[in-house]
Amino acid sequence: MSEYILEMEHISKSFSRVKVLDDVSLKVRAGEVHAIVGENGAGKSTLMKILTGVYSPDGGEIRLHGKKVEIHNPRMALAHGIAMIYQELNPVLDQDVAENIFLGRELIRYHFGPLSIVDKQAQHQHTQELFARMGVDIPSKALMRQLSVAQKQLVEIVKAISLSCSVVVMDEPTSALTEKEVATLFEQIEKLRSQGVAIIYISHRLEEVFKIADTITVLRDGRLIGTDSVSNFDHDKLIRMMVGRNIEEFYPKQNVPIGEVVLEVRNLSLGKRFRNISFQLHAGEILGIAGLVGAGRSELAECIFGLSRPTTGEVYIRGKRVDFHHPQDSVRHRVAMITEDRKLTGLNLKASVEHNITLVALSRLSRLGIIDSDKEAQVTDTYIKELSIRTFSRKTLVANLSGGNQQKVVLAKWLLTEPDIIIMDEPTRGIDVGAKRDIYLLMGSLAAAGKAILMVSSELPEIMGLADRVIVLAAGNMTGELARHEFSQEAIMRYASEFRQNG
Amino acid sequence: MDKAGFLKQRNRLDFASLREWGILIVFVLIVGILMLLSPSSFARPTNLINIVKQASINGILATGMTFVIISGGIDLSVGSIVALSGVIAASFAHPGEYPLIVPIVLSTLVGGVAGFLNGIGVAYGNIPPFIVTLGSMTMIRGMALIVARGSPVFNVTKAFENIAGGFLFDTIPYLVIYFVVTAAIGAFVLTRTVFGRRVYSVGGNEMAAKVSGIQVDRIKVAVYSISGFLAGVAGLLLASRIVSGNPTSGVSYELDAIAAVVIGGISLSGGSGKWYGAVIGALLIAVIGNGLDILNVSAHFQLLIKGAIIITAVLLDVKSKGNRT
Repeated sequence: MSEYILEMEHISKSFSRVKVLDDVSLKVRAGEVHAIVGENGAGKSTLMKILTGVYSPDGGEIRLHGKKVEIHNPRMALAHGIAMIYQELNPVLDQDVAENIFLGRELIRYHFGPLSIVDKQAQHQHTQELFARMGVDIPSKALMRQLSVAQKQLVEIVKAISLSCSVVVMDEPTSALTEKEVATLFEQIEKLRSQGVAIIYISHRLEEVFKIADTITVLRDGRLIGTDSVSNFDHDKLIRMMVGRNIEEFYPKQNVPIGEVVLEVRNLSLGKRFRNISFQLHAGEILGIAGLVGAGRSELAECIFGLSRPTTGEVYIRGKRVDFHHPQDSVRHRVAMITEDRKLTGLNLKASVEHNITLVALSRLSRLGIIDSDKEAQVTDTYIKELSIRTFSRKTLVANLSGGNQQKVVLAKWLLTEPDIIIMDEPTRGIDVGAKRDIYLLMGSLAAAGKAILMVSSELPEIMGLADRVIVLAAGNMTGELARHEFSQEAIMRYASEFRQNG
Repeated sequence: MDKAGFLKQRNRLDFASLREWGILIVFVLIVGILMLLSPSSFARPTNLINIVKQASINGILATGMTFVIISGGIDLSVGSIVALSGVIAASFAHPGEYPLIVPIVLSTLVGGVAGFLNGIGVAYGNIPPFIVTLGSMTMIRGMALIVARGSPVFNVTKAFENIAGGFLFDTIPYLVIYFVVTAAIGAFVLTRTVFGRRVYSVGGNEMAAKVSGIQVDRIKVAVYSISGFLAGVAGLLLASRIVSGNPTSGVSYELDAIAAVVIGGISLSGGSGKWYGAVIGALLIAVIGNGLDILNVSAHFQLLIKGAIIITAVLLDVKSKGNRT
């Protein structure tokens, strides 16, 4: 009997003669959290899709408990005790928790073939027992619709346990969670681990990986770069392995002379979202806004951009009072906004790369309302090249690009308007390390060109690496301001949790 | 980076272009079959011109509908607008009363105003377009009946009759010219102008459009105004063609226009669709009607076939979306 519960050996997979997995092996012990990291396209999801039977491998074999198995579809994977909790969950929203847990394998009270009567009571009872065992506090009769993303995820996890799965795959489970919910998720992972369940954990957030994982496997370009215990890794080494080149400094901070004040916010308030926020932003400066989820950071950024109207307070641009009713006003004042959720508010996924990039600056690429197509194509190609956007052509639908390249499209769209002030809300959320680095470099050169950047970010290393100054919000109040030489994780976190404790 | 990603993009492109050309292929195929089946009557130039003529009023409505649907909306009121503007046109076209320009301006103006009000309801009232235009469809039909006092308005001038009934060089019906001009302007606006691009962006992702500084509400008002105006034009042309203003005309014209748009591959969920979609759609409906007439297929069966084609078109649309994600 092998010491490993799951062994994937020499797995290869090609799509149309392109190797996406080349002799990759993965060995997972019972009761360990095994993180798989790598840039987008490294082959993480392909490997997991092979494990769960979505794809079949061209070569290699999978062994469970030392025995060779063939997995041809997700149902077979489940039968073998392998469950996958997807990035985007798809529960039946209008059914209750118990019904979702027993979906497809309902407990039957009276058997009438397809018209059998479901024993709802027994389902609720079983669900409550499961929840009690896991210490989950969700009513079994609640509708899935009423639950938060984190709660839905917990239900999925409980479901995996109720199937007595021995391997649980989690693909970016925290991408939609608040920090508190992440903590709850980690508690559950601990419990699973203590019950001997093996967890395969895929995440872009390296801090999390270091926190939760026992073992890390690094993939790059479809090849296995290394597997080792987490104690043998540090942040820099991991990134080096993922990106495959030596990154002297992951956060390339350029020293830029700070210019005059371009944006000033005075006593800005918006209902209960945030109160009495005042700060100044200078040309060439990167100002970070830190804080916990729900502290009002995004709301503040959106309010400055004119997506909502402040209840009180004023905004000044180059000393002149402005009152933005609509983003159109902000665009006219050369303010750009990279929103938090590119799919929801940043991009038109039904349109091409070109049409997305030129959308805001269209009037400048046209005469009398008629678009100059040659000029449009030309500037689009320039930006595709300048930001190294990986796309088949400018006509490619932006939906077909990877997250990092989509984010670059959003950036290109706004850079084309030649903004003076750039508001960036989570500019590197959910994108791979390579694209992150590109965006950091870009931010540096924008600052060097005299642009003022206001950056909201949940990733402290990012803020501390790039910002000249940081202001911290907690529960809608500005609780602190730190200059670059005062930066420390502890100081920022202390300010960020200040008002939480006082209620 | 990952070559697989590129390859995937490639495959998707091929699939998308296949679908894009699909409707054109179907169109050519059907025309080809009909030409083979009935070379003597179907393929005659006069009949081909006749087909375009039959398609023209629906084609004009469908051009307006294209703007609305690409912006993510729908306009159910165009059939009623056809009736109202027709009645108004005929009422001001009695011999010896007003110059010809009066019925022309009034009927199209009424259409434009009705569309503008639809747009206000959708954009600022925040009412779903289906509901707004369902309501206005009923109200405008009522207004047409009130204005006409319940019966058709007859007795119009020869000049009025000539608006739609005349021919260029004695061969090409004016109706065909109006259709071609409308479709051409529509295509130009959609593909080459800032406004057209914004219509796509509003239908593609309204929030992203707003963040990008686009006045989404104004775009919405504009597309419904265009649709209403073109419905006014269609009403004028229909009144001229039937030499009267009939308050019960234009019933279910909105559905024919929507059918043309859908058959033309323009997605009902907004944000995508080609400029020629509505033209091909309207022509295809006319070709099928005409071809089946020539082949002596009864009108009842024609309905059956027309419906099946609409469903097939939407099926293609749904399938392609399922494959995209």
